[in-house]
Amino acid sequence: MTGKRTAFVNARLVDPASRLDAPGGLLVEDGLIRDLGPRLFHDGHPADAEIVDCKGRVLAPGLIDMRVFTGEPGSEHRETLASASRAAAAGGVTTIVVMPNTDPIIDEPSLVDFIKRRAAATASVRVLPMAALTRHLAGETMTEIGLLMEAGAIAFTDGDRTIANARVMRRALDYASTFGALVVGHAEDPDLSAGAAMNEGEFATRLGIPAAPNVAETIIVERDIRLVELTGARYHIGQISCRASLDAVADAKARGLPITCGVSAHHLALNELDVGSYLTFRKVKPPLRSEADRAAMVEGVASGTIDVIVSSHDPQAADTKRQTFAQAAFGAVGLETLLPAALGVHHDGRATLLHLLATMTTAPARILGLDAGTLAKGAPADLVLFDPEVPFVVEADDLHSRARNTPFEGRKFQGRAQMTFVGGVCVYDRARDAEN
Amino acid sequence: MPGRDDTPILKTSHLLGIEGISVGEITALLDLADDYVTLGRSAEKKLGLLKGRTLINLFFEASTRTQSSFELAGKRLGADVLNMSVKTSSVSKGETLIDTATTLNAMRPDILVVRHQDSGAAELLSRKLDCCVVNAGDGSHEHPTQALLDALTIRRRRGGFEGLIVTICGDVLHSRVARSNIVLLSKMGARVRIAAPRTLLPADADRLGVEIFTDMRAALAGADIVMMLRLQQERMAGAFVPSTREYFRFYGLDREKLKLAKPGAFVMHPGPMNRGVEIDSTVADDIEVSVIQEQVEMGVAIRMAVLDALSRGLAAGGRNAP
Repeated sequence: MTGKRTAFVNARLVDPASRLDAPGGLLVEDGLIRDLGPRLFHDGHPADAEIVDCKGRVLAPGLIDMRVFTGEPGSEHRETLASASRAAAAGGVTTIVVMPNTDPIIDEPSLVDFIKRRAAATASVRVLPMAALTRHLAGETMTEIGLLMEAGAIAFTDGDRTIANARVMRRALDYASTFGALVVGHAEDPDLSAGAAMNEGEFATRLGIPAAPNVAETIIVERDIRLVELTGARYHIGQISCRASLDAVADAKARGLPITCGVSAHHLALNELDVGSYLTFRKVKPPLRSEADRAAMVEGVASGTIDVIVSSHDPQAADTKRQTFAQAAFGAVGLETLLPAALGVHHDGRATLLHLLATMTTAPARILGLDAGTLAKGAPADLVLFDPEVPFVVEADDLHSRARNTPFEGRKFQGRAQMTFVGGVCVYDRARDAEN
Repeated sequence: MPGRDDTPILKTSHLLGIEGISVGEITALLDLADDYVTLGRSAEKKLGLLKGRTLINLFFEASTRTQSSFELAGKRLGADVLNMSVKTSSVSKGETLIDTATTLNAMRPDILVVRHQDSGAAELLSRKLDCCVVNAGDGSHEHPTQALLDALTIRRRRGGFEGLIVTICGDVLHSRVARSNIVLLSKMGARVRIAAPRTLLPADADRLGVEIFTDMRAALAGADIVMMLRLQQERMAGAFVPSTREYFRFYGLDREKLKLAKPGAFVMHPGPMNRGVEIDSTVADDIEVSVIQEQVEMGVAIRMAVLDALSRGLAAGGRNAP
């Protein structure tokens, strides 16, 4: 039995895995990529296939976002798996890796199973749960990494919390390495950054906002690099945000350590000055840094020291953001602006489109051990169609996330998803969206 | 049958660890212990080799099995046996180990059997006392009579050690039983594997001459003998191992995992067992594969052999002679 076939014609095929960037076509059958290439469909389209005319736009592997916070379970008013997946689809993201920082915290095999079942029932994109590294995210005792992996946890993290105790971190890395599990760390020394709302420096001084120095991040990055050296565990730093951290990671990689790292799209596009007049939507963790640090992050993406770009999507309800800067919650939504904000690095001439897309496709797939993130025959047909040149203005009201706390309101970007496909099924079509 | 034979067996007047004794000494102790197994199975179990000698069991850690085994061994050889546990000694009142040793020394014991929570305690006492010291377990260091009784059990079943694959599973990091067994079995020509999560593997364990596994199934493949270690309760709560159920799932010995070992492989455990943590009851209680009860019997025989061997040095002049 031959299933549903979809023919993508007149596409600019961009596949970082094979370094392909050429005009061509792609055929999807039964949710998988059946064939692709510049000469495909030269002899005409398959008669039984549905045709998608790409009109010369980029057809690339769907994005994989390694850092997404939702509110399900526990605070569904902020975001559900369903609403996060709608935002992801609208952003060209076909796989979201969700953090365990929910209520209850995902630190039990049955809760991993809950996320998977809820996602299967309600989400339109692929959802991969990370489980907590320590019970209750308390940074004291490790979770059942073996059983959680069997339940389907893709990696282990305390999300936006740092494990302060080096002994606990060492044992957790040791134990994780027993199972070959990936540990994802958050680098922010909890004592140095206690009570801080932004990056320490002249601007924080002028605003009078309690601030933490960027070394609060680098101290943990350097500590964890030493612990990885000791334990041999696979370790990914969820986000870095400053030059010194970048240098530390570059050095660790040069020494052959199994370390990777990410950066959020907003740390590539914004700096501490964007806090402006106490804009709480730009209060994020780690905080927006100096322009020099922001430029270092772009440099890190360009050099490949930074492996992945993430949205660090963190939906917050209006009431927790409509506060003084010090009181407001941390976090910004980002799924729908991940691609446009990241594309800025390409538009500024710092990275080819292939290189830039690799940070959101092949790199996360490699780190997580997924077969997604590539336009290969037999791979799942997770696709994004976009024109990298078309400009638009970010408007919070257009967002699909349940929360509207975008740090990019009013910002002009170039290039956003027009259509998104998961397993060959269209999960987002901007043309149709505009009619509604 | 053992009798008054003064042929020296041990070169030293203490038994502090397997590390310090030779293949020849180990073999001689096992040979002697074989005789004491026979004696223990006869109606008249008592000899007068240690008549008039004083044996003190000084236990700073509770141990029903080892302490009663030494007590029985001493009594069967005719010694006067005094049991001192930490609850009844001055140590609980703040006395230092050296002070305790000095006090005990004044009572002129011939043999002191000591168990202590700190590594090196037996050696420290051996330097301060005039009597023979037997290490009955010091911290995470050594437990030589356990390794000897395990060796006796193995040798009686397999005839020797050469080429045997022995897989030691569990908390190797904190285990004195594992250390003594690794040293002894390697000395005797067996191939030792250790299997544990990385949190329970000691640093640079490969330097001990063993093969290291984090996957217990791989470690069991083709094993002749499976030696399980006890996991202490306080180590199951998240610091070293996240939970007992996870530990049992990946490192507990059950029927299914045991199938990976060689046909006819047998299972050992130094006791006391945590059923459902490191070993499943169906394995522990299966007399076809489990030699755990036999280990206890061998324990008495090996301790008689050790006391006998040490007393031969005493007979040659006596360390504690006036």
